Amino acid sequence: MDLEPTEDQKAVRSAFSEFFTDRCPISVVRAAEPLGFAADLWRRLAAMGVPGMALPEDAGGGASRADLILLLHEAGRVLAPVPLSAHLAASRLLLDTPWCAGVADGTLIAAPALRPTVDGLARLVPGGAVADVVVALDEDELVAVRGEAPMTAPVNHAAAPLADRYVRDDRGGRVVLARGEDAARRHAALRREWQLYTAATLTGLAERALESAVAYTLEREQFGKPIGAFQAVQQGLADLVGPLDGIRLLTARAAWCADEGDPAEAGRLAVMAFLAATEVARTTTYRAVHFHGGYGVTLEYDIQLYFRRARGWPLVLGDPDEEYRALADDLFGAVGGV
Amino acid sequence: MDFRPKESVEEFRRWIRGFVAEHLTEDMIERARRTGTFHDWGFHRALAATGVIAEGMAGPGRAGGRDPLELYVFFDELGLADAPFYGLANTMLVAGVVEQIGSAFHLAEVLPRFHRGEAIAALGYSEPGSGSDVAAAATRAERVPGDPEDEPVWLVNGQKMFTTLVHEAGYVILLTRTDPDVAKHRGLTMFLVPTDLPGISFQAVETMGGDRTNITYFADVRVPDRWRLGEVHGGWDVMKVALAYERGVFGNMNQGVSLLRRFTRWATETGAMDDTAVRKRLARIAIDNEITALLALRPALIASAGGLPTTEGSIAKLYASEAYNRAAEACLDMAGPEGLLGEPGDAWFVDHAARDAPVTTIYGGTSEIQRNNIAEHRLGLPRSR
Repeated sequence: MDLEPTEDQKAVRSAFSEFFTDRCPISVVRAAEPLGFAADLWRRLAAMGVPGMALPEDAGGGASRADLILLLHEAGRVLAPVPLSAHLAASRLLLDTPWCAGVADGTLIAAPALRPTVDGLARLVPGGAVADVVVALDEDELVAVRGEAPMTAPVNHAAAPLADRYVRDDRGGRVVLARGEDAARRHAALRREWQLYTAATLTGLAERALESAVAYTLEREQFGKPIGAFQAVQQGLADLVGPLDGIRLLTARAAWCADEGDPAEAGRLAVMAFLAATEVARTTTYRAVHFHGGYGVTLEYDIQLYFRRARGWPLVLGDPDEEYRALADDLFGAVGGV
Repeated sequence: MDFRPKESVEEFRRWIRGFVAEHLTEDMIERARRTGTFHDWGFHRALAATGVIAEGMAGPGRAGGRDPLELYVFFDELGLADAPFYGLANTMLVAGVVEQIGSAFHLAEVLPRFHRGEAIAALGYSEPGSGSDVAAAATRAERVPGDPEDEPVWLVNGQKMFTTLVHEAGYVILLTRTDPDVAKHRGLTMFLVPTDLPGISFQAVETMGGDRTNITYFADVRVPDRWRLGEVHGGWDVMKVALAYERGVFGNMNQGVSLLRRFTRWATETGAMDDTAVRKRLARIAIDNEITALLALRPALIASAGGLPTTEGSIAKLYASEAYNRAAEACLDMAGPEGLLGEPGDAWFVDHAARDAPVTTIYGGTSEIQRNNIAEHRLGLPRSR
């Protein structure tokens, strides 16, 4: 039993850390606004084989979820403006479609409609603004639809590449992946996969936000000393560490369970990790902005970029209350059930 | 990353579960709750008879002993079963310290009695004027002038607060001030003394959470030097051994698990479980419990690998105790007026948890002390006290 990454995993992590530090300074994040997509960064990730990582080995992937969350953690730390969680989660369903090779090498971007469509329209799909293939639950069918990426997103809180996508247009190609209960089940699994990846991304985001806050409090002086020397400030920062370590471990455990072939436990833990990470990322970025004082809310400072994404990235799934209710059903049985 | 439990540890978990199922009775749990004394001699001696106290904890410089991870699991299971284990935790902790730095006399006289379950230990650190600042202890121990050929005798005067279980304990580990004229950490000496020495008396202190603790008074207590633990003025070194020995292993932190289990049963029986708002809050508690379990496991794993967890213990303790308080308050709200009822049956455990939770952010290092540790040693912020 070991809660920490193995030596191999540490090597993976530091390789990604180096990559993102070099290739995704905060100027890249800013330049990618408002669409929230850096095409050059995506091409570089594709050159490293990242878009195919979640696929099976013979399709160009073979990474474990334990490895994927290390990648996503590092992407979250730098607010990488590429739809990794969305693409990697959706890619798993595209193995037997004509677009698998393109999805694996990154020439095609995939995105999951997390909520069921209404009259064939999937609203605010994460990654939808840049996606070539959208996976959606359309009535009782799980479909993959090849379409034109709009390359424009409605102005939004997180500067995320969201878009509404119509999934009944089959001009570019439309594949029915599953029907009926099987479709619902596989769509639920897709959501959990995305939740796991998003939890890892948010963990990286929160970790970096806390580091920024600590660094700022050591630099900023008031009353003749760094504000980080005051206990009132220290205690507020120290409070953030346990929850942060907690979501990192919980996400890792969820990934490990999925790798070990325990989908029920993995799914439950992924929802838990997602809900906890959503809350922790919010609290952490709120305090991180707060400890930057007035400068924290100015657009010139980077911490507001973290604050907005901490809220925007998870919220595309819907009101977290719905997830808490679903988790309760899973833990305690449905209302009126036996 | 590998979350698969070690087979030896799981085997030990099954063993302690079996032992608890066989030896722990509802009567014992009820008596502990009624009296506030979380120690049961029958249960304690039965456990001692298995050799688990004598085995102690494996560590650097110690041959044999239990994997710290096994002991973590041991207390985790005892806690989940609501077993009265405070005497056991105190005694195993003090036995570990005695083993490392006890005199030949302690090893011969006291240790076997701990191992056989004949005597338990109480902790005499806190005082009316020193809690978090434990090194400020003022209980005075002075050398009694006498023939240099004779064994020196120390005259002890003062009082210790929160000496839980001293009314059952054969021995109390006692932090004293032997030199008031040097920096506070350098003028301390530790003793392990029998509680029946003339001049030692105690008085019960009842707590909001139902625990009984004590104030222990020392009035001209003559303590022969053989009861000294460690060097003269070396009391702080002994403290450090005691704190390090514990390493986040002795005691169950995840009290939310038992609370959630009981509340879920109650809510199912009463129909409260159909309430969406209740379900959502219970799901939150379940998440906190999962996180607490992982954070509490971490220091035990580090100790098991031969390391010395420091901030990991602070992080776990802070999170666990704050989460328990959140859970207790939430359960109190959800149970409504029934949660106020303190009689056994119904939702008594809600009232109990709401009363019991606040002490957990105080004892074993307050939340503020834990945050200080985390701020300084994990976040690299300047020392602020």
